[in-house]
Amino acid sequence: MSKIHVTTTVNGDAVEFLCDARETLLDVLRDRLNLTGAKEGCGTGDCGACSVTLDGRLVCSCLVLGAEAEGREIATVEGMANGEELHPLQQKFIEYAALQCGICTPGILVATKALLERNPDPTETEVRYWLAGNLCRCTGYDKIIRAVMDTAADMREAS
Amino acid sequence: MQYHSPGSFEDAVAIAGAASGTTRFLAGGTDVLVQLRADIVTPDTLIDVKKIEGVRSITREADGDWRIGIAVSGAEMSEHPELGADWPGLVEAMDLVGSTQIQGRATLTGNLCNASPAADSVPAMFAAGVIASVTGPQGTRQVPVTEIPTGPGKTSLKPGELISALHVPARGARGGDAYLRFIPRTEMDIAVVGCAVNLRLDGDTISEARVSLGAVAPTALLVPEAAEALIGTTLDEAALEALATAAADACKPIDDKRGTVKFRTHVAGVLAKRAARIAYDRARARA
Ligand SMILES: Cc1cc2nc3c(=O)[nH]c(=O)nc-3n(C[C@H](O)[C@H](O)[C@H](O)COP(=O)(O)OP(=O)(O)OC[C@H]3O[C@@H](n4cnc5c(N)ncnc54)[C@H](O)[C@@H]3O)c2cc1C
Ligand code: FES
Ligand code: FES
Repeated sequence: MSKIHVTTTVNGDAVEFLCDARETLLDVLRDRLNLTGAKEGCGTGDCGACSVTLDGRLVCSCLVLGAEAEGREIATVEGMANGEELHPLQQKFIEYAALQCGICTPGILVATKALLERNPDPTETEVRYWLAGNLCRCTGYDKIIRAVMDTAADMREAS
Repeated sequence: MQYHSPGSFEDAVAIAGAASGTTRFLAGGTDVLVQLRADIVTPDTLIDVKKIEGVRSITREADGDWRIGIAVSGAEMSEHPELGADWPGLVEAMDLVGSTQIQGRATLTGNLCNASPAADSVPAMFAAGVIASVTGPQGTRQVPVTEIPTGPGKTSLKPGELISALHVPARGARGGDAYLRFIPRTEMDIAVVGCAVNLRLDGDTISEARVSLGAVAPTALLVPEAAEALIGTTLDEAALEALATAAADACKPIDDKRGTVKFRTHVAGVLAKRAARIAYDRARARA
């Protein structure tokens, strides 16, 4: 089968790859671009472990084809830290121990970053609904929610 | 599987018309990719519609009708400043589909054409009287959305045809709509029953109504008997009871792990009453 040639932008860098028509963006990120931050939990849009943004919009990369990335802008968890300097959400997640096994964490970080960019002052209910498509089997969510609320407060103060 | 991303409806129709085997259109992909990955449906031809000119916009036409492009996501509908003021029930129904991530991709047209009996936006579209532009080798025709789904996973679209736009009627004065669904959780679940009500008032009396049910038959249903129970009333208790009875009578549900026939039939009546009250209050609030 002939491969599809795709030119796209990932975390601000121009990227090219060849992929099969059936390959998902998640497969491409992990297996062709060596960006293994996004995880495959379910492959059916239910768990959010594969969350990335596509032209700024939060999506499940397991439900996007690699071919659809042509000409778009993708952001993954790998683009969150600035060199050695962690994003405030990443710092808070460590501080609050808002992760255990860490499988859900990249997706939750990407999702909450997208939330705070849209809404710097969310209520707890808004955070919980926003994250309804991000499943965590370890933490019971509470520490995640508190880490997000506290980051939002810090970021509002800093701006 | 061949992947195509045509730039015009003409090209899309030409590709679909020439294709053999299974063809799917790719809008948000939230059904297509799930079915592909689960080996339920592997299309021979996949036609991505998102690069077609004009498919990403929501426009209010000169006559007040809304035109919703076939690649507009649920999130874009919710974020639109005016669509939700005219058609809150329709926008809320679409907003119930999936998570934030799913909302970033899922489209109204995809929800309709996937033809799940439990699709949330479909009863709201039936009640609103949405019309689809269907484009094929013979040109474009207008089809009420009530005629698109014909059974689980089946539509009346012919090979080589696709929907090229959805048209929501002008809201007009004293109108309101609402959609409610029952799920055992608060998010991320499939409707056990869904119900949409759209009505118009003359003074405080209901002059026009459309009632639609989801997940209680092989396709969403438009229930004229339920609408008749409302028309000419001020939504008093007797009208609400007649509405609930008509809604329950129209149900032809299945028993499955999500709900029994008895439960679904009962809940259809309850949701119809609640949705009617919300639609009525919304209509009264509109000049
Ligand atoms: C985790 C998850 C949760 C979900 N939750 C819900 C829910 O709560 N409620 C609900 O109703 N659904 C739900 N869904 C199902 C799905 O998200 C919706 O049906 C969605 O609206 C489909 O839209 P799409 O744009 O992604 O369609 P696609 O997957 O792109 O297409 C769906 C079907 O429509 C056809 N199609 C698309 N565009 C056209 C066109 N222009 N002309 C003709 N045919 C076309 C395709 O060929 C395909 O058969 C969920 C899905 C997932 C993965
Ligand atoms: S892997 Fe994509 S949502 Fe679970
Ligand atoms: S930390 Fe293990 S799934 Fe969330």
